[in-house]
Amino acid sequence: MSRRGDWVYENNGGTCVAIAGADYCVIAADTRLSVGYSILTRDHSKICELADKCVLASSGFQGDIKALHKNLAARELLYQHQHNKRMSCPAMAQLLSNTLYYKRFFPYYAFNVLGGLDSEGKGCVFTYDAVGSYERTGYSAQGTGSTLIMPVLDNQLKSPSPLLLPARDAVTPLSETEAIDLVKDVFASATERDIYTGDKLEIVVVNKAGTRREYIDLRKD
Amino acid sequence: MDVPAKGGFSFDMCCRNGMMEKKGFKAPGFLKTGTTIVGLVFADGVVLGADTRATEGPIVADKNCEKIHYMAPYIYCYGAGTAADTEAVTAGRESRVVTALALLKSHLFRYQGHVSAALVLGGVDCTGPHLHTVYPHGSTDTLPFATMGSGSLAAMSVFESKYKEGLTREEGIQLVSEAICAGISDDLGSGSNVDVCVMTKGKTEYLRNHLLPNPRTYVSSKGYSFVLGQTEVLATKITPLKQAEVTIGDAMEE
Repeated sequence: MSRRGDWVYENNGGTCVAIAGADYCVIAADTRLSVGYSILTRDHSKICELADKCVLASSGFQGDIKALHKNLAARELLYQHQHNKRMSCPAMAQLLSNTLYYKRFFPYYAFNVLGGLDSEGKGCVFTYDAVGSYERTGYSAQGTGSTLIMPVLDNQLKSPSPLLLPARDAVTPLSETEAIDLVKDVFASATERDIYTGDKLEIVVVNKAGTRREYIDLRKD
Repeated sequence: MDVPAKGGFSFDMCCRNGMMEKKGFKAPGFLKTGTTIVGLVFADGVVLGADTRATEGPIVADKNCEKIHYMAPYIYCYGAGTAADTEAVTAGRESRVVTALALLKSHLFRYQGHVSAALVLGGVDCTGPHLHTVYPHGSTDTLPFATMGSGSLAAMSVFESKYKEGLTREEGIQLVSEAICAGISDDLGSGSNVDVCVMTKGKTEYLRNHLLPNPRTYVSSKGYSFVLGQTEVLATKITPLKQAEVTIGDAMEE
């Protein structure tokens, strides 16, 4: 497929994960950027804070991701000016979906995970495909290591199906520290087996006190 | 008249495989080793080195595989390329390094590059230390220092900066380790640990996992529990199999 002269995308690798809790949300991504078998940089953030309670992590083609984040940040600023308040996470989720579908026939090569707090202060995670199909879930993983991470999260966090009635809480009962511990362990495991994931892990935690960042080292090989 | 098959590959299935691929049925992949392998000649012999990662596309299949192949008491061979091919090529050979080299190159040439093995062959025999590289189509080079595999450029940059003739054993091991480490850090197809093999007259030292520069960075203190019922069982079906009757008496009779 990439042998045709008109292939305009490339995959810069990496993995993104988000977990929603009762009153917090953890969004994490590794910081490695690669192309083919080479490393472009070991220290590049895949995470963008779009609003005070809304954080986006994307992996895929970095060119498209930069453009997408810029686009969304600009739209959020316009919203602020028009409505005199910051965009809520569910509102940003819809905006992201529309932005992605707008380019349905020349997509953004971006695999997104949106995390934050909803208007009630509960954690929320929205997971996307490349053309904007999205769903609110309790947790998600996207990117090259997602197939290694999702089964572990499914086992440990066991979110009820969103199709069940009555609607059940998707957020995990884990505490904030337990969720962060799980994220670190799951990334360390994915780094062992996925060549595109590694170097450093950036963790962003959103709760009612605000947003904070944490970093841990991952394998550099 | 039908000539009996003398070995080698049978290309009978190529048409059928091609037709199946066109219909969307992909052939199963094989285990490639990504890899950084190096060799250098020092004052008293040859040092070979390799990383220990085996990849299947973007996934690490083996974090600590052995890429070294024994060919003779003082001749060892490191292989990059398809793991099965490098195993098959190096079985059952012996003696002088140039003999091993001739056997390898003729074998690979006969298969016209279909045997995907790229090797660094080194050893010490009665004529002294030798180092060669062998490519999948059967060509060879004789060199004082060599690197092969996807990490060969990273490793070669280290060799080109620091290699000089007449290195001591310690300097040789150090330089080989540095070259493999360069491959491990800068090449995604190589990783994990450094294996080194030192061959001198009458002695071979295989330093398996000479360096372990990549320990796991985080282990959860909480641990994981997998209790019965954690994975939802939707349905259970038990099919009792019929008991087979075995008569031992007949087998024991002369």
